[in-house]
Amino acid sequence: MIEAELSRSVARWCPGATGVAGVARLSGGASQETWRFDIANPDGVIGAILRRSPKGYGAAPTRAAGLAAEAQLMQLAFEAGVPSPRVMHVLTPDDDLGTGFIMQRVEGETIARKILRDDEFAAARPHLARQIGGVLAGLHRLPQDKLPELRHMTAAKEIGDFERDYRSLDWPKPVFELTLRWLRDHDPGPASETTLVHGDFRNGNLIIGADGVRAVLDWELAHLGDPMEDLGWVCVNSWRFGEIDKPVGGFGSREELFAGYEAAGRKVDPSRVKFWEVMGTLRWGIMCGGMMQRFRESPDHSMERAMIGRRASETEIDLLRLLAPRGS
Amino acid sequence: MQDEPTPIELTKSVSDFLRNDIAPLISGHQAFKLRVAINILDLVTRQLTREEGSDAAEVERLRALLGMDGSVTDLNRTLAERIAKGEIDLATPGLAEHLWATTMDKLAVDQPSYASYKRELSRGG
Repeated sequence: MIEAELSRSVARWCPGATGVAGVARLSGGASQETWRFDIANPDGVIGAILRRSPKGYGAAPTRAAGLAAEAQLMQLAFEAGVPSPRVMHVLTPDDDLGTGFIMQRVEGETIARKILRDDEFAAARPHLARQIGGVLAGLHRLPQDKLPELRHMTAAKEIGDFERDYRSLDWPKPVFELTLRWLRDHDPGPASETTLVHGDFRNGNLIIGADGVRAVLDWELAHLGDPMEDLGWVCVNSWRFGEIDKPVGGFGSREELFAGYEAAGRKVDPSRVKFWEVMGTLRWGIMCGGMMQRFRESPDHSMERAMIGRRASETEIDLLRLLAPRGS
Repeated sequence: MQDEPTPIELTKSVSDFLRNDIAPLISGHQAFKLRVAINILDLVTRQLTREEGSDAAEVERLRALLGMDGSVTDLNRTLAERIAKGEIDLATPGLAEHLWATTMDKLAVDQPSYASYKRELSRGG
C-alpha cells in the first residue's frame, strides 16, 4: 500500500516524522494522481499533498511540462511570494512512489461554483479579479534564468497545434473553422516580451480562502510565451461558471484584472488579451472533442467524458458571441 | 413503423425512475455518477424531441447557403471546408444567421441551462 512507501519516504527527509495518516486519493487519471495525507510529527501534524505519475507512467504527454518542472516552478513561485504551496520533497527512485513531488497542503476551496456562491467567500469575491492581476504579474516576473526547460510557444504555433488537434478529430465544425480563420487573420505576431506563461490559470485551478487567492495550482501546461495568454485564458467564458457578466473567472471585470496587473508594474495589451480569449475558447472546445474521442476509444465508457464531449457547443455559442455578436 | 411507447416516452420514464426513486437512496461518488447518467438520459430525450425539426431547418439553410443538396452531415462538412478555404466568411449573406440558428438548436439539446444560451434566448432566439 502507498501508506508504507509514504511513511518510509517522509522518514528520510522530514525531520522527526513518525509516519503518515489519512491517506486518500483526490483525483486524476491513470497517468497522474493526487493524494492527500498527513505527516505525523512530534510538533503536530503537517498536511501534505502527493502529485505523482505511478511507475510505468513516466512519460509526460507532449504538451505537459512534467512533474519535475511543475515542482520547480511551484517552489520558484513560493520563493518569489506568488501564492503557491511549498514543495517539500521531489520524489527519487528510493521513494518507490513513481515520479512526482510532495508539497505542503494549502487549506481552502478550489471548486469554482462554491467559490462563486458560498457565503464564506463573499468578502473575498469583489477583490479577486484585481488580486488575480497582481498574482499573474508576479508569475510573469519569475526569473527566467531559474526556470526549468520549457517549450516556447507563439500564437502561430498554438493555432497550428489546435488546427492539427481539431482536424485529427474529423469532426467538422463550421464555427471552429471560422475561429481558426479569425485567429490567423488576427495573429498579433510574436510578443514584445517573452515570459513564463502558466498555461492553465483559471477559476478551478486556484485555492481560494476567505482572504483571497492562497495558491496557484496545476502548472503542468507552463511554457514560455506571450504573458497576455494567461490574462485571456482566465477570461474564457467556460471559467465564469454562469457569472457571464464578470469575465475574470466570474469574479469581476477585465478593468479590475488589468488594474491589478498594472499596479504590480506590468503592462497590459487588451487587444492581445482578447485574441487569447478567443484562442482559449476554441482550445476548450477542442479539448471537449478530445474527451469525446477518448470516450469512444477507451474501454471504460466514462459517462463524464461523454458529457464533456457534448459541451463543445457551449464554446461555439461563446465564440459566436465573441466573433459575430448579435445586435444588443 | 415501430410500436409505442415512443423512445422519448421510454427514456423519460427511466430518467424519472432514477431521479425520483434511486437518487434519494445513494450518496457520494455513485450519486454524482447517477446525476451524470440522468443528465445523459435527459439530453437524449431532448435530442429525440427536437432533432428531426432542427435538422430539417438546418438542411434548408445549408442548401440555400451552399447552392447544393445533401445530408445534414455532408452539407456541414462542405460548409466547414468552404470556410477553411476562405470561400465563405462572416461577410457572406446568411452565414452568421445560419451559425447562430444551428448553435442555438444545439444548446437547446446539449445544455439549455448554459448562461450564454439563456442570455441569447432572451434576445428572441
